Amino acid sequence: MIRFSDVSFTYDGADRPTLDRVDLSIGEGELCVVVGPTGSGKTTLLRAVNGLVPHFTGGRLSGDVLVDGRSTRDFPPRELADVVGMVGQDPAASFVTDVVEDELAYTMENLGLAPDVMRRRVEDTLDLLGLHELRYRPLGTLSGGQQQRVAIGAVLTASPRVLVLDEPTSALDPAAAEEVLASLTRLVHDLGLTVLLAEHRLERVLPFADSVVLVPGRGSSLVVGPAAEVMVDAPVAPPLVDLGRLCGWAPLPLSVRDARRLAGPLRDRLAEAVPPHAAPAPRGDVQARLEGVTVRYHEVTALDAVDLEVRPGEIVAVMGRNGSGKSTLLSQLAGARAPSAGRVDVGGDAPDRLAPKALVTRVGLVPQDAGILLYGDSVAEECTSADRDTGLAPGTTAAMLERVLPGLPPGRHPRDLSEGQRLALALAVVLAPTPPLLLLDEPTRGLDYPGKARLVHLLGELAADGHAVVMATHDVELVAQVATRAVVLAEGEVVADGPARDVVCHSPVFAPQVAKVLAPGPWLTVAEVRAALEPEAVRG
Amino acid sequence: MSRSAGRTAPGRRGLHPGGWWLWAACMAGAASRTTNPILLALIGAVVIFVVSARRTTAPWSRSMGVFLRLGLAVIVLRVVLVIVFGDRALPGHTIFTLPHVPLPSWAEGVSIGGAVTIESIVQAAVTGLQLAVVLVCFGAANSLASPYRLLRCLPAVLYEAGVAITVSLSFAPELVMAIGDIREARRLRGRSVRGLSGLRGMAVPVLERALERSLQLASSMDARGYGRRVPVARRARRWSGGATAAGLLLVVAGVYGVVVAGSLPGGGIPFVAVGAVLVGVGLAAGGRRTDRTRYRPDPWRLQEWLVAASGVVVVGTLVAAGLAGVSGLQFVANPLTAPTLPIVAAVGVLVGLAPAWIAPVERPGTVVVAGDRTPSGRPEVAAPDGAARATTDAVRARPVPGPAPSPRAPAGAGPGTRPVASRPGEPVP
Repeated sequence: MIRFSDVSFTYDGADRPTLDRVDLSIGEGELCVVVGPTGSGKTTLLRAVNGLVPHFTGGRLSGDVLVDGRSTRDFPPRELADVVGMVGQDPAASFVTDVVEDELAYTMENLGLAPDVMRRRVEDTLDLLGLHELRYRPLGTLSGGQQQRVAIGAVLTASPRVLVLDEPTSALDPAAAEEVLASLTRLVHDLGLTVLLAEHRLERVLPFADSVVLVPGRGSSLVVGPAAEVMVDAPVAPPLVDLGRLCGWAPLPLSVRDARRLAGPLRDRLAEAVPPHAAPAPRGDVQARLEGVTVRYHEVTALDAVDLEVRPGEIVAVMGRNGSGKSTLLSQLAGARAPSAGRVDVGGDAPDRLAPKALVTRVGLVPQDAGILLYGDSVAEECTSADRDTGLAPGTTAAMLERVLPGLPPGRHPRDLSEGQRLALALAVVLAPTPPLLLLDEPTRGLDYPGKARLVHLLGELAADGHAVVMATHDVELVAQVATRAVVLAEGEVVADGPARDVVCHSPVFAPQVAKVLAPGPWLTVAEVRAALEPEAVRG
Repeated sequence: MSRSAGRTAPGRRGLHPGGWWLWAACMAGAASRTTNPILLALIGAVVIFVVSARRTTAPWSRSMGVFLRLGLAVIVLRVVLVIVFGDRALPGHTIFTLPHVPLPSWAEGVSIGGAVTIESIVQAAVTGLQLAVVLVCFGAANSLASPYRLLRCLPAVLYEAGVAITVSLSFAPELVMAIGDIREARRLRGRSVRGLSGLRGMAVPVLERALERSLQLASSMDARGYGRRVPVARRARRWSGGATAAGLLLVVAGVYGVVVAGSLPGGGIPFVAVGAVLVGVGLAAGGRRTDRTRYRPDPWRLQEWLVAASGVVVVGTLVAAGLAGVSGLQFVANPLTAPTLPIVAAVGVLVGLAPAWIAPVERPGTVVVAGDRTPSGRPEVAAPDGAARATTDAVRARPVPGPAPSPRAPAGAGPGTRPVASRPGEPVP
C-alpha cells in the first residue's frame, strides 16, 4: 500500500539528509507504528507519505514514494487527498472550518463528492467516532480528545486507504487515548485501512501494532518488522518491554495481558522480596497553599473550591482527564490571574500580585509548549538575556543549563533544538533564579525515553535540594517513576490526594504498566523490580 | 449549485448567514442616511435587541461586545479630535478656549487649539454616533452568523478568494491568542508586561507564532484536497473571473451611490443593476469549471426572505423619507436645538425588530463552554463528560465510510438507500 524505494530527503540548508536511502513497504490493512528518538526524522517520514514533504516543505527528495500505486513525484498532496488522510501533531491547527459537521465535510467538498454521499458519510463517521452529540459544536470549544477524534473523522470521511497520524495520543489523557486507539484498531480490522502512526508513548500504542518501523536517526538505517521482534533491541522501549527484557521473556510481550500470562513466576518471586518503601513524609514549612480556590471562566467552573498544600521536597503529580482543571491549577500557582474565590499563597504572597521580577524568584512555570518561553536567536543569547531579566550574575543560567543538560551547542537556534533540548533550556531559564516552587505542565509531551529518564533524574535531584515540584501530566509512567504524591482532579474538584503509589495503583486508568502486570503487588517501575530481584540474584 | 444534500432540519442550523448579513447591511445603510441622534440610537437599540434575542453561545457571538466598545471609542475619539483641532468648529456658545498652537507654514489648513463650542462638540458626538451605529451593525452580523459560514455560501468562482479570506480571518484570532500567550510567557520570565517596554520585543515572537499557525493551516488545507481542479480553458477562466470582478466593482460603486446621496446619477441604482447582471453571468460561467460540491448548503427559506425584507423596509423608509424631504432626518447643531423624532422614519426603523421573532433559534450542539487560556496556547476546555466518553457503543455500531463511490457518482439510487441522511438528529440536551 505504501512503498518507499531508495528515498533520501534533505531539508534546504541542512548538511546531512534527514531520511537516508529508506526502503520500506507497508501492506494493506497494517497498523504500523513508527518509533525512534526525537529528531530522528519520524515526522518527515510521515509527511513524505502524502507528499507534504517535499511539495510543501521544500528540500530535496530522491527516490520514489508510492501510495496505492501513485507516486508523490507526480501527485501533490491535494491530489492524494482521496488516498491518504493526514492528521498532524496539533489537530486544532489543522481545522479549516468552525463547526464539527462542516469540518467533517470539508475534504469531501474538495473532492467533489455528490451531496447525498457526503451526507451519508458524515452521519456514518459521526457514529463511528462517537461524535454524534458534538455535530453542531464550534470547534474551538472541544476538549483535546474530542479535537483529535474530529481531526481523524475529518480525513476519514474521504474514505482514504491510508491514514497517517503524528503523535495522535500524546496530548490526551489515558482514557481518551484508549478511545482514539480503539477507534483506529476498529478501522483497521473492519475496513482494512492501512494506518501509519508515530508516537512517543509506546506503552499506549504497541499493544495495537502489527509492525514497527524503527527510525534510529543519525544516519543509521531503518529496521522494519513484526513489533515483538523489532522491540527486542530498540533504543526506545516502554516499561513493559523493559520488564520483558529484564526477565528474558520470549516472545516479548507487548500488551499487559500477554505479560501477565508470562509473569506468574515473577510475581511469586517478588512476593517474597522486600517491597519498595514509601517515600518519606515531607517536612518543612508549606511552600505553596491553595485555600478554597475557585476559578470561573464565563459560565464554566474550571476549579471548584480546591485546597492544596505543597511542601519542600515533594513532587506532586496533578492528574485528571483533559479539561479537568490541571493547567488552571498551575496557572493559579503562577499567578496568571486572581482566583474568582479563595486564596492562593506562594511563599507568603498572592502570586498574581507579585511583579514579574519578584515572581520568578518564587515560582517557575514551564508551560506545555516550552518553546514559548524562548525567543533569543541562540542558546547562548537566551542564557545571557535570562540573567539580565532576572538580575542574576552573568553565567548563572548557562551554569544551570550545564547541570540540566550538559553539552548543548551555544550557537544553536532554540527552534532547531529537539523537543528534549528545548525543554532543558526552558528549565534552565526558569530554574536559574532558584525558585523554591517549580511548576511543569505536561513536561513529557514529545519527549523520548532517554529524554524522560534525564528529566526524572533531574526532578529527583531538585526535590532532594528542597525544591517543591508540581506537575500536571497524563503520563502515568512518569508519575510512577518520580512523583511522591498524586492529586487527581475531575471537573475542577480534587477527587483523590495521597501518596502516588496508593493513588495510581488503585485506579485502572492511571495504573502504570508494571503495576498492572504485577498486581496486586505494590511495584510501579522496572527499576523497583530490578532492585528487588538483584540482591536475590547475588545470593542465588 | 442546484444539487442539495438531503433536507436541513429546521431550527438546527439557524438562519442563512446571508439573511443576517443582508439585514445588518440594511440597518447600517439606514444609519448612514440619518444624523438624527434619536433615530441613530433607535437603530442601535433595535440591532442590539435582535442580537441578544437570537445570538448563540458560540465563540464568535462574543464579538458584539468588542464592537460596542469600538463604537464608544469612535465617539470619544471624534470629540477629542474636535477639541484639539477645533478651529473650524461651529460658531456658537464657547465653553472654553485652548491656547492656539502656531504651526509652520507647510501645515497651513491645520490648526491646533482655539475656541471650543458646545455646538461643535455635539456635532462631533453625533457624527461619531453614526459611525458607531454602523460598527455595531457590522458586529451584529458577525455575532449572528460566523463569517466563515457566510464564506461557505460564496459561489464557486469566488471560492478561492474566499479561502484567502478564511486564512486571514484565522490570522486575527491567532494573533490575539499569540499576544496573550507571549505576554504570559514574558511574565514567567520576569519581564515587564506593561507599558512600552512590555510591548517592545513582543512583536516578533507574536508575528512568528501567528504566521506559523497560518502555515500549518495552509498545509492542512493542501493535504485535504483544497485546490484540486478540473482543467479548464484559460480564456474561459479569465472571462468569468473578469466579469465577476467588474460586476462586483460596479455594485460597490452603486452601493456608495445609494449611501451617499447625490454622488452618482440615479442614486447609484443603475450601477447596482448592471453590476448584478455582470456578476450573475460571471458566476454562471465560472460555476461550470469547478469540481467542488457543497455539504448541506444553508437553505434560503421564507424566514430568510422576511428577515432580509425587514432590513430593506428600514433602509427603504429612510431613503424615501430623505427623498421626500421629511424634516428631522438630519440633525442641526447650529443653532443648537433638541432633535425631533420623525414618526414615519421611527416606525420604519422598528420594522427592523422583526427578525427577533422571525428568525429560528440556532443551537450549536450541546452546552458550549468557554476556553481557558493557558500559557501553552491550547485552550483547555471542560467537556461535558457524556459527550466525551459515551463512544464505545457508538463506535461498535456500524462499519463505515465504506468502499469509495467514485467522485460525483450519484451513489444510492433513491431515498430508500439513505436511511441515515433523513434522520434529523436528536434534540439537544
